[in-house]
Amino acid sequence: MQQTAAMTVAAIQTEKLAKRYGDSIAVDGVSFAVTAGSITGLLGGNGAGKTTTIGMTTGLVSPSGGRVLVFGADMAREPYKVLHRINLESPYVDLPHRLTVRQNLTVFGMLYGVTDRREQIARLASELDLTEFLDRPAGKLSAGQKTRVALAKALINDPDLLVLDEPTASLDPDTADWIRGHLERYRARKSATILLASHNMAEVERLCDRVLMMKKGQIVDDGSPPQLLSRYGRQNLEEVFLDVARDRRKAKEPAS
Amino acid sequence: MTTHVASFSPYRVGAMVLRHWYLLRSSWPRLLELVYWPAVQMFMWGFLQLGVGKFPGALAGTVSTFLAAFLLWDILFRGQIGFAISFLEEMWSRNMPNLMISPLRPTEFVIALTIMSVVRLSIGLIPVTILAVVFFGFNFWSLGIALAAFFANLLMTSWAVGMFCSGLVMRHGLGAESLAWSLMFFFLPLTCVYYPVSVLPEWIQPISWALPPTAVFEGMRALVIDNVFRADLMLWAFGLNLLWLSAGAFSFIWLLRGAKSSGSLIQIGE
Repeated sequence: MQQTAAMTVAAIQTEKLAKRYGDSIAVDGVSFAVTAGSITGLLGGNGAGKTTTIGMTTGLVSPSGGRVLVFGADMAREPYKVLHRINLESPYVDLPHRLTVRQNLTVFGMLYGVTDRREQIARLASELDLTEFLDRPAGKLSAGQKTRVALAKALINDPDLLVLDEPTASLDPDTADWIRGHLERYRARKSATILLASHNMAEVERLCDRVLMMKKGQIVDDGSPPQLLSRYGRQNLEEVFLDVARDRRKAKEPAS
Repeated sequence: MTTHVASFSPYRVGAMVLRHWYLLRSSWPRLLELVYWPAVQMFMWGFLQLGVGKFPGALAGTVSTFLAAFLLWDILFRGQIGFAISFLEEMWSRNMPNLMISPLRPTEFVIALTIMSVVRLSIGLIPVTILAVVFFGFNFWSLGIALAAFFANLLMTSWAVGMFCSGLVMRHGLGAESLAWSLMFFFLPLTCVYYPVSVLPEWIQPISWALPPTAVFEGMRALVIDNVFRADLMLWAFGLNLLWLSAGAFSFIWLLRGAKSSGSLIQIGE
């Protein structure tokens, strides 16, 4: 875990953040702060509210109540103050298939105002092992290659806040491990903040300094992976996840 | 590394134009489609004109406006389709969330789409106007300065409708895609493309005059039949277009807000 001066500043601050879709409550008044430079995991089952929380954090979804501040900017009112410092990777989002990897990265480099675009693309291609695919259409790559391209796009602006929604979903263990290693290196190099939603407990356990457990739109527990394991008396986060999802066992000490 | 975050950046507009240029360049079926339908329709109207022209009398004189009317209608229709398809490409490729979390502003996005509508229209229409000269001796470009006025007014209307259609798709998902293809046809009978406004029932005529293209098509007939350029009609169309563009931009922003409220941007699909 990194302990830098930057960690005293909240990269993300939510205050009673809520989202309703008609009668359905997706996010139910959650308040939390994410320390700059940390990796925070959003953990929860399907429909727990992770993707909606990510949507509101990136300005893609407007809250029904409360607010989310990213680097001090209210994402519902003034997202353009900070969007250049944020990026997103999600399996539910794609890059134009007919454009080559280089063309896609060029376009997003321009959108983010990256001045040394060629060098940045070359560097990312080298780091993410994409050099030989740079001139291949993005749609003709394998799932693992596409994920690496999506990650390259998400890193094109060297974001201070990287938001990842299930970054290793449907990847083989080797590629997934490789991606996780790259994320760890990126955080170490940039002191970036990473918000990560995942169903993969091993991933969360390995990467995250802190885990927010979500259920039915609420944060039901909050702590570092070791704290959660101790609190639930479990050996791994998967067991903790099942305890929370099935209300099987209550935490020994409630989260503060 | 990341530098400008200006509220308007031609650089970001250029990025979006480049993205769509890359796409067009990589896909010959897309390029062919741009020329195919205008060419088919031009031949149909051209041969119809030749056929009817064999009959003496007023009818033969009237149908001489058909080709001009068709080509102007095609500017209106293709302008809107060009705008909407560039937008739909982002929906089809599930790229919209990537754009919406980038520093790209809605204004820049819309300007890029208008530029692409001109590019797509030009790719389709310029070869067809040349074919019209070759096969039917009809020189569309001989309309001169009037053509520029017609062209500008029709494009403005097409962008206004394109913004509205794109906003609907953004708000309601790809289920609303068919509107992008069909909405302009609602205007076909009302804007009097192939007949004068006086043909319409009196109670519909005010509605017709509230549509900017009506003045353009009336102006075209005045030019082709009476050899008179009606600047008053062009100014009327221009004034209406300013209102239409404002309404189109407002609807796009309003529907974008609706999309953020309904969560459509993270649920791309039908």
